[in-house]
Formats: sequence, structure tokens, C-alpha cells
Amino acid sequence: MTEHIPPLSATGCRTAPVLKQRGQREVFCGLTGIIWLHRKIQDAFFLVVGSRTCAHLLQSAAGVMIFAEPRFGTAILEEADLAGLKDAQAELDRTVKELLARRPDIRQLFLVGSCPSEVIKLDLNRAAERLTQTYAPKVRVLEYSGSGIETTFTQGEDACLAAMVPVLPKTDARELIVVGALPDVVEDQMVALLTDLGIGPLRILPARTIEDEIAVGPNTVFALTQPFLGDTHAALIRRGARHIAAPFPFGEEGTTDWLSAIAEEFNISREVFDRVTEAPRRRARHAIRQAAAPLNDKSVFFFPDSQLEIPLARFLSRECGMTALEVGSPYIHDALHGPDLDLLPGGPQISEGQDVDLQLDRCRAAHPDLTVCGLGLANPLEAEGFATKWAIELVFTPVHFYEQAGDLAALFARPLRRKSILKVAAE
Amino acid sequence: MKLTVWTYEGPPHVGAMRVATGMKKLHYVLHAPQGDTYADLLFTMIERRDHRPPVTYTTFQARDLGADTAGLFKQACQDAYDRFQPEAIIVGASCTAELIQDDPGGLAETMGLSVPVIPLELPSYQRKENFGADETFFQLVKHLAKPQAKTERVSCNIIGPTALGFRHRDDVAEITNLLFELGIEVNITAPMGATPSDIAQMGKAHFNVLLYPETGETAARYCEKEFDQPYTKTVPIGAGATHDFIAEIRALSGSTALLDCQGLRQTWWSRSVDSTYLTGKRVFIFGDGTHVKAAARIARDEMGFEVAGLGCYNREYARDIRTISKEFGVEALITDDYLLVEKTIEALQPEMILGTQMERHIGKRLGIPCAVISAPVHVQDFPARYSPQMGFEGANVIFDTWIHPLVMGLEEHLLHMFREDFEFNDAAGPSHHGGHQPSGIASNLVRKAAMEEQSSVLSAGGDVAIWLAEAEKELKKIPFFVRGKARRNTETYATSQGLSEISVDTLYEAKAFYAR
Repeated sequence: MTEHIPPLSATGCRTAPVLKQRGQREVFCGLTGIIWLHRKIQDAFFLVVGSRTCAHLLQSAAGVMIFAEPRFGTAILEEADLAGLKDAQAELDRTVKELLARRPDIRQLFLVGSCPSEVIKLDLNRAAERLTQTYAPKVRVLEYSGSGIETTFTQGEDACLAAMVPVLPKTDARELIVVGALPDVVEDQMVALLTDLGIGPLRILPARTIEDEIAVGPNTVFALTQPFLGDTHAALIRRGARHIAAPFPFGEEGTTDWLSAIAEEFNISREVFDRVTEAPRRRARHAIRQAAAPLNDKSVFFFPDSQLEIPLARFLSRECGMTALEVGSPYIHDALHGPDLDLLPGGPQISEGQDVDLQLDRCRAAHPDLTVCGLGLANPLEAEGFATKWAIELVFTPVHFYEQAGDLAALFARPLRRKSILKVAAE
Repeated sequence: MKLTVWTYEGPPHVGAMRVATGMKKLHYVLHAPQGDTYADLLFTMIERRDHRPPVTYTTFQARDLGADTAGLFKQACQDAYDRFQPEAIIVGASCTAELIQDDPGGLAETMGLSVPVIPLELPSYQRKENFGADETFFQLVKHLAKPQAKTERVSCNIIGPTALGFRHRDDVAEITNLLFELGIEVNITAPMGATPSDIAQMGKAHFNVLLYPETGETAARYCEKEFDQPYTKTVPIGAGATHDFIAEIRALSGSTALLDCQGLRQTWWSRSVDSTYLTGKRVFIFGDGTHVKAAARIARDEMGFEVAGLGCYNREYARDIRTISKEFGVEALITDDYLLVEKTIEALQPEMILGTQMERHIGKRLGIPCAVISAPVHVQDFPARYSPQMGFEGANVIFDTWIHPLVMGLEEHLLHMFREDFEFNDAAGPSHHGGHQPSGIASNLVRKAAMEEQSSVLSAGGDVAIWLAEAEKELKKIPFFVRGKARRNTETYATSQGLSEISVDTLYEAKAFYAR
């Protein structure tokens, strides 16, 4: 299986026809990203300007309620705000004042636009500029939209990071920025690998606190760790930075290709690269082999969720012996997903966007061994006899780079293992 | 604009979903942007439903706004009708769609569908989830139910239960059984389990049993006026309330059937000497109006607690709650501000909280035991076992549920006697609990685990490889409850490989070696 990675061939999926449908989309909106971003950026607060629905989504999205004092909240619009009886900008000033008084530890405040705030054209940009002037230098106020009419699930993180790019200071230094929110332990592993390769100076966006300075300019190169950062990619290019295109660092192969593309950019010798990566590569292969046994020769069907689908399908196909039947992604960007599509063996239906009822029909007809889907579909599909993997767990679990490659395979293997051990059928 | 951290109720369209999902052969076409589909997982995950809620979302996006969102709605409505063939359709807007004013009701009406189409007006910026459920059910009854000849035998409808309701599934079973023993047939139960054609038959019943005023009162009042159906005013939660409820049923139905009350153990359990330690425990009660009202009565009259404070999050029941708070001589807290509830509990320092899942977390933080009595619901509020809140079995369940978080009688005495015992003290929590300690204890555990790790290293002597500083640091990043295992595995691995030092690499070599 993993010993025999298929060679790069002309039969990849980059030029495969893409099925585009529109209808009901069973996806989260971009506000959901706040659930992990507020833990990642430790001095930031995310203030959603929206409705009760937004607040309810944030509370329910993770499947559990996280009752630690959260660094996010919702300024719920009320009848008087909509009827123009109250000046929305003045209301926002009052709410932010109340919030910052309660949380004096906050250094970065994100005003997050929602569907209702977009529809009533509440100018959060103006508000952010005004509030930055009021609270500078202690607090920086930025804004982005996590609304469902503009963003799908992980695009919320993209919008947040893209909003940070224009305010980064300018530099002419040759530096590497690695972009994407990763769990701390994974980020530390990545920094260690790049440092051992002799690559630096290295900056990470988003930084854990506002004190960690990042700058950008014409000599900056950047690599993405997440496949959903299209707007951030564009924003960095506008600042003169150059993207190092590579497959995403999932699995042994993805991680090696990702590191190798950066190493090449920094003229690191093959010997150094092999010396640094040899041991972790071997470990990753070993761990995948242990964990992926139940996946071998099984088929998988991806519903669109996080834009992780294409790189993950590549990993499952090439390193775990699976066959992808359909790979659905909310959006496909060639500049980001192209390298992974090149590696994905031809055959699966690639689809972008969704009409959930039609896609469910296709899934039932294809009868995959494993279906990767959102929480709203998982139990109904299980009840029909399909083994499912909740897609959201892939976003909330450390899965990147070598040391997590086995865990990533295990996440997919667990539903199949479980199905095989349970002896009593559901009534 | 109102700053909110956690909410007790969702928006009103979620209330409408609770009605639609509880029913059969009804479909809800919801004009809503991408993302509002999150609400599906409330039902498929929290309630573990094995079907998708019968809801079609139009899923409009920014690029549709300048174009034809009305056309999008009509298309979605037609597709839903063709695919699901429902007996009736309800149509409405979520908060964003309300702003674009497409008038889903008007649009659906022009489509000439051959089933009843019922428009919902649910003002998202004023009202909340319970209102949404109550109003939706009322509209269904108003559009579908017609006056009918009453059944020959005395019958009633059970109204109010919905999907995602706090113990609704088991309450309905318990009360249906109680009514059966009283010789009363249940005509229909709605919304939960009913089809639109069932609702059309509601008028046949002689009276209505209103189990959940929050989600059924408007319909009950309507039926009283239109179909001459009186409805019950007592919600049978607790032994006393169940007896009152039975008396009310007897008065409405003329039933004189004898009831076997043997199954009601709560009253004896409460009188048995083991329960004396419950006497005068100060409790704070918070939840929806109906459950709080019932809990206050049980706490005082059936458990012998002292009610230190009470309140509800749904303003619709503010007047009821203020009335009983006067009776109990405490101040009523009417708010949906979670932080204010926390502040109030902190100030009152009760010995126990009877609240929602939100108060359970407040209790965890403050180290106060808490039992859950009301929605908002959590996956734990849908137990696999039969666990009603209503009727005699409900009274038994409540007794068990409420005393479970407490330190039991004799144990409490021992704690007073031996305050300084390092593992058996009042900070350690009740001995029959595993993992529910307040945070202070967790850190004690960490310390203890660290000491054990240390001693295992020392006792193992020369065979054990030495941890390099970097590896030791890496190990600390692993959560404390699995750290011990990771340490042991790594050391075993290092020994088996004949290594004298453990580096970060060794740690991960071992992790890969033991990967499952």
C-alpha cells in the first residue's frame, strides 16, 4: 500500500470535468471558523454583528457547548436597529465599549459581519477604522465577513486572515510566511522541521498574539497549510509576496512534497532534506500502515464541507489504498488545489457546490464503504446503513504533517472498525 | 443591539423546525441563506434522529440578492413538493430572508400546489424559539382543524410535545398511560407524531391535555374557543402536581376509575430517614417558566429544600414566575442573560442548582452541584432509557436525578468529621462520582499523577532511559489524562530499542509504533 505510491501520471484529476450543481447546500457559514480561531489567537475577541440565529449557530456548531468564558460573542440586532430608530454605528460603539471594559486583556477585536448585517449594509469597515482610532494603541480593530451569503464554513478563517494582511507592516527581507491556523502542537512540529532544514526567518499567520510581528513585501514567499485560504492567497500576492504551490501537508507524501517545495525555494540540498525528513517519513509510513488496514480497497464518497476534500481524497487514494467515488468541494481553486488534483488518481466524480438531495441520490447509488459528510447528514446516512465520517472532526483534530499522518488515517478507519465490531444491529 | 455570549433559546424558525420535525408528512420550506442548515444537526446529533428534518432551505447567496431570490424560493418549494409529497407545507423566512421581504407565503400561494400551504410570520428580531413553535402549531391547527362531532367515548388530545423537547418522548408515554388507566382515550397527540390529516381530526376530542404551555398554549386557547374544548391547567410534574392533574382530568371527563399509585415511590423515598440530610438545602431554580414553576413546588413540598431564588429565561412566563416568587418570598430573576444568571448564583451561593445545561456549567465553575430540569437541551438530555419528568414515574425520576449530584447523608457527616483527610475531603466531591470535579480538583489530580509518574521513574531504577529536556517539554503538551500512558509507552519502547536517552524523535517513534 504505502510502500508503492503510484507515480505522478497524466491521469490525475486536474483537468477532469467538474460537476457543478446548485440547490440546497448542507454546509456551515463562515462564522463557524470563530470556534477554532478564538482559541488560536489568544488575545483576540470575535464580535459577530448579527442575529439570534448567528449566536445560536456558534453555540451549536461544535456539536457541544463550550462554556469556558469564550472570546467571542454576538451583538444581536434588534427591531430598533433595523427600523433605523437607533444609529447602528453608535450602538456598535456602545457595545464595544461594554465588551472591552469587561475584557481588558483583549488586544485585537474582530468585528465579524453576518448575513443580516450584510443585507442591511451595515458598514463595519467604517466602524473598525473609527474604533481603531478610539482604542489605539492598546486594541486593534479589524473587520471581516463570516456571512453565509458570502462564505462557506472554513472560508471564515480565510476572510479573517485576509483581513489581517493589509495591516501587516512592509518589509524587504526574504522571509517565509506559513499561513493557516494549526493546533499548537502541530505548528511546533512544523517549525521544528523547517528550522532543521535551515529555512528561515519563518513567520506564521495567524500569530498567537499581536506581539508576534509579521511583515510582508516583495521578497516574502508564503506557503499555505490549509486548502481554503484563497482570499488570503490573493491578499498576500497583492502585497507583493509569492506563493509556493505544493500539495497540502496531509499524509507522508503530502508533507514531503510540501516541505520539498519550500526546501527547493530556499536551495536546501537533497542530502540535508533527506537527513531531516528520513526518520519522520519512516514513522509516518509505519503509522499509516498500522492505522489504514481497514481502509485498503474500500471506497469513499465526499460531500462538500471544508475544502479539505481534495487533499484528503489524494491522501486516502495514494497512501491508504482507497478508491474515491465522488470528491465534492464547496469551491475549487486551481492555484491552491491543482497540485493535489494532479496527484489524485483519475476516476472519481469531482463536484463543486451542492444540491444536497441530488447528491444524496448519487451517494445511495454509488454505495460507498465510507461517506465523509457534515453532522446534519451523518446519522440519517448511518440509519440507511452507510458508514460515515463527520467532516468537522477533520477541521478540529490535529491531522497535518508527519506525526499526525497515522492519526489522520485512523480517523477514517474508526467508523469502519466500529461497524465491524458491533454485533447487534440498530432497530 | 444586545451583547450576548450564550443564548437560552434559538431564533423562532428553529421553533417552527421543532414542530415540523416532530410531525410526519409535513414539510417546511424555509427561505434562508447558506449556513442556516446548521439547525439540522440539532436534531440529527443532539436528539440522534435517524432522518433529516423535513426542511428545505433555499440557500441563497450574495450573488442571488441582486437577482431573483423569489424565483429561487419558488423553485425550492416546487422541488420539495415533488420529492417529498407532503400532506401540507409550511413556508417562512429565517432572519436574513425576513429582511429581503420576498413574502414566501404569498409566493407559495401563487404556485397552485394541491396541498394546504400555511404561511408563517415569525418576527426573528423580536421573538424566539418557543414563540416560533407555539405560533407554528397554532397556525397548523387554525388552518387544518375543523369543528367535528365529538367521539362517543370520552377522549382528549395531548398537545404541546415537539422534536428536541426536554423529555417529551417519555412524558407523552407516561401521560398517555395515565389517561388510559383513567379510561380516557387519546384522540391525537400533536405536534409530536401527528400528520396534518391527524390535526384535521383534533375537533373530535372532548378536551385537551396541555403538557407544554410554552409550545402549545395558543393552540389550546384557540381550540377552547372554536371547538369548545377546555384544556388542563396543571402540568403534571411532581407527585402533588400529578394528583392535582388527575383531579382536573376527573372533573373534565367524569372519570371515576380507580388508580393504582403503587408505582409512586418518590413520596416514601423522601420520607425515609436516609433523606433527612436533604432538609433545608438551599436551592436556586432556573429554566423555562413551566419547569421552574413545577420544580419550585417539588423542591419545597416534596424534597424539603429551601428555595433560595428562582427565575426563567422566557419572558412570556414572567408574570407566573413573579407570582410564585412572591409566594416563596424570593426575588424573581427574569432574564436571558447567561452572565447575569451566573452572577446571581454566585451571590446567592446555593447548595444546589436546579437549572438547564447552562447552569450545569455555572455550577461546575463555582463548585455547586446541579441537576438539569429544563431545556435548552444537550445530547445528555436524550437518555436511551425511559426517563419521563411527568406523572408518577416522572416524580421518581426527578427524585433520583436531583439527589444524584449531592454528597449523600452519611458521607456528608464523615466529611465534617475528617476535614483534613487528603483524599476524602469536601473539595473531592461526592464519592459516587467519577469525572465531575470542579477545576481545583482536576489540578490536584494532575499533581498526583505527576507524583506517581515521578515515583514510577525513580523506582524503575537504571533500566529506564533518560528524558531529554526537549522531549520532556513535548510530553507536557499531551493532555494530563493520557500523559501517563504516553510516558509509559515511550519508556517501554526506548527500553526495547536499547536507547539510553529519550528525544522528541523517540517520543514520536513510540507514538507511531503504538499507533492504532
